[in-house]
Amino acid sequence: MGIYLPIAELSVNVFVLLAMGAAVGFLSGMFGVGGGFLITPLLIFYNIPPAIAVATGANQVIASSFSGALAHFKRGTLDFKLGTVLLGGGILGSTVGIYVFSLLRDLGQLDLFISLLYVVLLGSVGGLMLVESVNAIRVSRGAGAPATLKRPGQHNWIHRLPLKMRFRASKLFVSVIPVIGLGAAIGFLSSIMGVGGGFIMVPALIYLLKVPTNVVVGTSLFQIIFVAAYTTIVHATANQTVDVVLAFVLMVGGVIGAQYGAKAGQKLRGEQLRALLALLVLAVALRLGFDLFVRPVTLFSLAGPDI
Amino acid sequence: MAAVATFVLGLAMLPAAAQDPRQTMNPESIQIGLSTDRVAITADFTGADLTIFGSLENADPLINRQGRYDVIVVLEGPSRSIVVRKKDRLLGMWINMESETFLNVPVSYSVATTRVPQDITDPNNYRQLALGAENLHIEPQDKEGNPATLKEFEQALRERKTALGLFNMRVGGVEFLSQSLFRASLPLGPNVPVGTHKARAFLFRNGVFIKENSAQLAIVKSGFEQSLARFASNHGFSYGILATLLAMLTGWLGRVLFRKD
Repeated sequence: MGIYLPIAELSVNVFVLLAMGAAVGFLSGMFGVGGGFLITPLLIFYNIPPAIAVATGANQVIASSFSGALAHFKRGTLDFKLGTVLLGGGILGSTVGIYVFSLLRDLGQLDLFISLLYVVLLGSVGGLMLVESVNAIRVSRGAGAPATLKRPGQHNWIHRLPLKMRFRASKLFVSVIPVIGLGAAIGFLSSIMGVGGGFIMVPALIYLLKVPTNVVVGTSLFQIIFVAAYTTIVHATANQTVDVVLAFVLMVGGVIGAQYGAKAGQKLRGEQLRALLALLVLAVALRLGFDLFVRPVTLFSLAGPDI
Repeated sequence: MAAVATFVLGLAMLPAAAQDPRQTMNPESIQIGLSTDRVAITADFTGADLTIFGSLENADPLINRQGRYDVIVVLEGPSRSIVVRKKDRLLGMWINMESETFLNVPVSYSVATTRVPQDITDPNNYRQLALGAENLHIEPQDKEGNPATLKEFEQALRERKTALGLFNMRVGGVEFLSQSLFRASLPLGPNVPVGTHKARAFLFRNGVFIKENSAQLAIVKSGFEQSLARFASNHGFSYGILATLLAMLTGWLGRVLFRKD
């Protein structure tokens, strides 16, 4: 059944979109990620113009993050203070990102930049996660004890920066500079790639800031909701590239898929989940990298107000 | 649902001349009329066939019997400027490098003919009439540019438009229903541009161009799609806020419906 997207101005198959949303929702429920990093490339592979795919991806991320954050809010596994500081940085980064986004679009280099960012970020995050999780799997097999992510007592250069602030829920006393910097970096990526940025935020909070793992996901989701909301509103205002019909169909698929994904996720161990997620992230990076380096079928492309 | 809607765009039948045309020397002419001047794109739009009826006036019965009258119907979409970009290799990656801008390019261009174009008339005539996607006059923004490059980009523009289904041709898309009445059917793709389209009919007799007639057609988004698109472009900020609230509502509903904890 076809559905006409009023902003993208084209007709697409509603079942393909629902399946796409459900598949990504399944994975996001399973791994506890927003899934924006999968939705945007999938939409681009499905011939949705990249500008619309990115802005609509940000809109879709709100739904899945909101659903997840509610659960963490109920369990109290959410550090509001840390989330708010991250959010301040996020708004800053997102504003810069949206400006860069329209600049690149005018230069005709937006697709390239989006692909490059995806390849570099997904490739490095995926690679690191894979190494870490494979090691964890080996350790847990050898010793029989569950692997722990956090190594307390270890301090790095980040903990020597000035402007320190206390975050009670996270039992942290760190400088606000890396927190705002991290928020800004994620906000920038959110507006250019249409992702929530959880796949970078979560490891960065754990490994760089040493935030306890139990509050990491909730806090990350909390700030993603607001950054994605801000990104959506600014894209809608400045570029008119948010297609609610497209976003809504994806959300419906995503919400349903996420329920089954969460059930499937409970059957797997943490390090196995991380290894699988790493493989998935690497696969997306490879697919996008492949398009970048292999001679395209046609060298020419059209761009204009209505393409 | 692959249903293809058919919009019947009217019927302008005028009584065929009763007199012997060879005596009165009345020139042949062609008429097309649209019974509706708007086609609305609804939520379930997946493309459609557009049917245009038309009539031939003062036709010479002898030529008609020999089948030497030919009709070409063109539906030309609204014109926009368009950027054509070419990828080149840089550091092993394929990156958009050169670009050319063309002005007033019709977003879509559909052609229906009574038979294969080369059997109707010769290429020179098509060129003079600027008829057919390959003869469309495409104006580059940079008129002093290298002619070879411009030609290459112009060719690429036509090829990409054809690949996207926006430029297309239906040989046999025009059929004579009687001596004077014909029917043209043109495809409207799922990505048909909204705006004012121009339908033009060209009449040929024995390979000689006789007459042209045209009519206008507005393709618009239907009620909901139109209001939404207009809201998005006029009130982007409120639209963004509503899109955000809708996402939160969906996320919350999903939680309520599938509560796990």
